[in-house]
Amino acid sequence: MTSFFTYRFGWDFGISWFVATLIDILLIALPLMLAVAMIIYVDRKIWASMALRRGPNVVGPFGLLQSFADGLKVFLQETIIPIAANKTLFLLAPIITFTVALIVWAVVPFAKDASVANINVGLLYVLAASSLGVYGIILAGWSSNSKYPFYSAIRAAAQMVSYEVAIGFVLISVVLYSGSFNLGAIVENQKGYYGFLNGHWCNPLLFPMAVVFFISSLAETQRAPFDLTEAESELVAGYQTEYSSMSFALFWLGEYANVILMCALNATLFWGGYLPPLDIGFLYVVPGIVWLLLKMAAFFFLFSWVKATVPRYRYDQLMRLGWKIFLPMSLIFVFLVSGYLMLVRVGVPA
Amino acid sequence: MIQAFAFYLFAIIVIASAVLTITARNPVHAVLWLILAFFNAAGLMVLVGAEFIAMLLVIVYVGAVAVLFLFVVMMLNIDFAELRAGFVRYALIGLAFAVALAAEIMIAFGAWSAGTIELGRRAAPTPDAVPNIEALGLLLYSRYLFVFEGAGLVLLVAMIGAIVLTHRERSGVRPQNISRQVKRRPQDATRNTRPTVGQGIEL
Repeated sequence: MTSFFTYRFGWDFGISWFVATLIDILLIALPLMLAVAMIIYVDRKIWASMALRRGPNVVGPFGLLQSFADGLKVFLQETIIPIAANKTLFLLAPIITFTVALIVWAVVPFAKDASVANINVGLLYVLAASSLGVYGIILAGWSSNSKYPFYSAIRAAAQMVSYEVAIGFVLISVVLYSGSFNLGAIVENQKGYYGFLNGHWCNPLLFPMAVVFFISSLAETQRAPFDLTEAESELVAGYQTEYSSMSFALFWLGEYANVILMCALNATLFWGGYLPPLDIGFLYVVPGIVWLLLKMAAFFFLFSWVKATVPRYRYDQLMRLGWKIFLPMSLIFVFLVSGYLMLVRVGVPA
Repeated sequence: MIQAFAFYLFAIIVIASAVLTITARNPVHAVLWLILAFFNAAGLMVLVGAEFIAMLLVIVYVGAVAVLFLFVVMMLNIDFAELRAGFVRYALIGLAFAVALAAEIMIAFGAWSAGTIELGRRAAPTPDAVPNIEALGLLLYSRYLFVFEGAGLVLLVAMIGAIVLTHRERSGVRPQNISRQVKRRPQDATRNTRPTVGQGIEL
C-alpha cells in the first residue's frame, strides 16, 4: 500500500508509509471490534444451545444486537473507582490488557505478504506481546486493593507464566520445522504435505504439538476449563471485581480480542493460516483471508464447545498439567523434531 | 528524521523512567518504571537493527524477570522509609560507582573511536543480507558452540542448585495420587438406589 501512495499521488516515501500503516491499523482494529461484539454473541448462543437454552434473543433479530446493547449500557454507566484503589494503575490496567490484545495483530498474515508488519522475528514478537498480557491482570488485581482481585491476579499470573513455557517449546518445534520466525514464511512452509494437505497438523510430529498449543491457548486466555481467575464461586469476578463501566468493558473486549487472536494463531501456526485446507489449484481462487476467517471461526467454535462442556480444573491440576505434562512433552517433541530434521535435511542449507 | 525523533524519544524515556525507578516512593511503581525503561531500551535496540535482542529483552526481562520482581514487591510489605534512611550513608559509595561507570563508558568510547581494534569499528554488526537472528545462530552454533553450551551448562547447574537449596522434604503430608484420581469412576463412590417411601436406605 505504501507503494500505491508513492506512485499514485507522488507522495514522499515517509508520508505514504505513515498513511498506509495508519490505514492498515484501522483496517484491522475496527473490524476486530465488530468481530469481538459478534463473537460474544456467538459464544453465548453456542453455550446456550449446548445447555438447551435460547441464549440472547430479545434485542434485534435473533438477539443479534445484544452485544451492542450491552456495550451501550456499559458506556452509559458511571465509572466507579474505589477509594482505596491506586487510581492511576487502576485505570491503566484495562488499557494495557486491551492494547496488548490489539498489538499482536500487527504480525498476523491475512494473505500472502499481507500483514501490517512483516518482520522476521514475528513469532518472537507474538511471544513478547503475549507475555505482556500478564501485566494488565496483575496491575488490576493489585491496584484494586481488595482481597479477591489480588488472589485472582496471583492465580492468573502463575497460570499464564506456566503455560507460556509450554507454548514457547511448541513454537520452537514449529520454527525448527519452518526454518523461520516470520509468520508468513511459517504459513508458506505448510504447503502441500503428502502432496495435497496444507498445514502442519497433518505432520505426525507436529500434530501433538497442535493439540498442546490449543489447550495452552485456552489456559493463556483464561477460558474454561482454566478460568480459575474468574471462578465465580470462589473469587466473585476475579480481578475485574472492582471494575465498572468502560474500564470493565475494556477488559471484556481485550479478553475476547485475545481469544480471537489465539484462534488466528492456532490457524496460522498449525492449520495453514490463509492457505486452503487442500493444496488443490481451484481452491486458491478463494481469497486467503476467507480461509483464515473460516479456520478462526472453527477454532472459536471449539473454544465455546470446551467452555460449554468441560468442568473447571482444580488449581493443582492446572499446574500439574502445565509443568508435569505439557512442559516435558513439548520438550521431548523439540528433540524429536530436531532429530528428524537432522536425519532428513542434514547438509542442506536452510 | 523519524529515526532521530524515535531515538531521542526512546532515550529520554529510558533515562527518565530509570531516574523515576530509583526515586519512586512506592516499590510497585518503581518496578513499573523499570519495566518502562526495559521497554524503551528494546525500542532503542530495534532502532540499531538488533531486533532479536530487543525481542529477547522484552520476553525475558519484561515477560519473566519483572513479573517476578512485581510479585515479590507486591507480596512482601517493604517499608521504603526504612530503606531510604540509609540513602545518605551510601551516597558517597554510590557516587564513586557512578563516576567509575561514567569513566569506563568514556574510555570505551574513546578506544572505539581511536580504532585500535578493528572488530569494534564495524558499523553493521551482521552482514547486510543476513537477518541478525540467523547471523547470531550461525555464530553461536558454529564458532562459539562450546562456549555457548558451557553457558547452558552453567545455567542448568544454577537451576538444579536453586531447586536443591529450596526443596524440603515435608513429612506427614498426603500427596495426591493422580492416577488413582483419574482411575476413579462414579460407580466406586456412588450407588443408585430406589428406596420405597418411609423406608430409608442402609449406609
